[in-house]
Amino acid sequence: MVDFYLQLHPVVQGLLKGLAVILVIFPLGGLCSMAERKVSAWIQGRQGPNRAIVPWAAWIPVIGPFLQRIGLFHVMADGGKMLFKEDALPGHVNKFYFVLAPIVAMIPALTTVTTVPFGAYLDPSGQVIPIGLANVDIGLLAVFAVSSLGVYSLILAGWASNSKYPFLGGVRASAQLISYELSMALSVIPVFLWINEPGSEGTMSLSRTVAFQSQPGFWGGTWFIFLMPVSAFIFLIALFAETNRQPFDMPESESDLVGGFHTEYGAFKWGLFFVAEYAHMIIGSAVFTLLFLGGWNPLPWVSLADLMNWAHHAIGSPLVIHPLVVGLISIGIFLGKVILGIFFFMWVRWTVPRFRYDQVMELGWKKLLPLAIANLLAYAIGIAIIQK
Amino acid sequence: MAVKIVERKPLTFAERTYIPQILGGLRTTFRHLARRKETLEYPEQRPTVPTGYRGVPTLVKDPHGREKCVSCQLCEFVCPPKAIRITPGEIAADAPTHHVEKAPQAFDIDMLRCIYCGLCEEVCPEEAIVLQKQYSMTGYTREEMVNHKDRLYELGGTLPDQHLKWDKKKSAEEHGNDRH
Repeated sequence: MVDFYLQLHPVVQGLLKGLAVILVIFPLGGLCSMAERKVSAWIQGRQGPNRAIVPWAAWIPVIGPFLQRIGLFHVMADGGKMLFKEDALPGHVNKFYFVLAPIVAMIPALTTVTTVPFGAYLDPSGQVIPIGLANVDIGLLAVFAVSSLGVYSLILAGWASNSKYPFLGGVRASAQLISYELSMALSVIPVFLWINEPGSEGTMSLSRTVAFQSQPGFWGGTWFIFLMPVSAFIFLIALFAETNRQPFDMPESESDLVGGFHTEYGAFKWGLFFVAEYAHMIIGSAVFTLLFLGGWNPLPWVSLADLMNWAHHAIGSPLVIHPLVVGLISIGIFLGKVILGIFFFMWVRWTVPRFRYDQVMELGWKKLLPLAIANLLAYAIGIAIIQK
Repeated sequence: MAVKIVERKPLTFAERTYIPQILGGLRTTFRHLARRKETLEYPEQRPTVPTGYRGVPTLVKDPHGREKCVSCQLCEFVCPPKAIRITPGEIAADAPTHHVEKAPQAFDIDMLRCIYCGLCEEVCPEEAIVLQKQYSMTGYTREEMVNHKDRLYELGGTLPDQHLKWDKKKSAEEHGNDRH
């Protein structure tokens, strides 16, 4: 199976990987939208969508009603609706860019997924090998570079709509992204200063940051969120701004901009914007997990290799450290953390009211940026002294 | 009254960062997440209807099974949206309730017009038309939404009557007194 795959032409391999990304991210986007609706409902004391069911699922005794209660079939119903309803194209828009914008939104969202490692397995010598579609050495840099292209879609959508509220939404989106990208990049520099020790090979790889958080010893096993809490804090806030989530959902702001950049969109084009937004959220919390929450390590100071070796000793079967088993467990741990991250996004959405536009700018430029610079300087000096 | 000056304390550093407040807010919303939901899942769960509720207007019978409406048409007259239509009729001479003289031959309430104001109930001298507890009135056609007399009695049923005024009148007449 694996050999057959490796024998394929690289282009075919690439196509298969691309298909895999689409087949995973689209349903995940749908599930995230349902999770969003359910979490909002529960926080507001409602039940949320729980009615739709297909007949064959209703025959399954316990699981069918449970799936109905958590609204799984609403995801399918919504997806079907979005695909099949009339895709209206307003008469006053610039048609080329109007159609282009949702596509431009999807491309960076789907591209960045490939550069994020999402699990690991142990090779026969006990080495931890990360699982990812494209294990590029520039890692985080690729994520930053490509994901920030996503803002072009918002600007394009806002401008091509030829209508004032979408335009305002697009302008706000660009200003907000420029302001927060700086603090975001500055906040992660300490992490990479720390993992690029003198004498080692320079890297921006995300799997390397995880490897650094799974070393033995107290300082080696510490997750970077404990080692660099201020960096993690700034990164988290910038992440909220970059993914256009409340309290920073300036491009959308339903109450003052109708629907923001997607006011003129409907049907599947609108759906693409939302899949892209949820994909950005997934990637955002994945990157946060990799950088600060130890990636696929189950607990602070307990690395994946430790866990699997303990399990191996406890159960005694060599099946436990089979690459497939370890891979699935590590992906499970990693996905668990990512889901917690996405839940945190939704939880914050119903806790913090939206900032006013000038407050967003003030927070970004006057608070976060100086804090990020001070944090970088402090850590640079500290790391220089420790690693000299 | 003495004026009490409330001191405006400057915000502390922790308060100015908003972080403790946001954490407190997160705690509150998380508690709501686990709390019992307020939603009433309607078709399965029904609300408890309070007494005095103004539901669908119905016609009622007295405990002896006599239809109480004497087709005085006051409700038809008072009805603001003109939802009620009554065709009065005589009571047959051999009927035991002949002394009541009149009863509706037809009694239609158009529920597409009815505004559930309850003026018909208030104006009725016989307490014959009552807005009861049914709150859901549906149909597939306009004709279905018009309640005819038989449907109105079916919805209304029998309500207790403390006065039984027509029985009293009849017995008064039988004892030689003026029935009015």
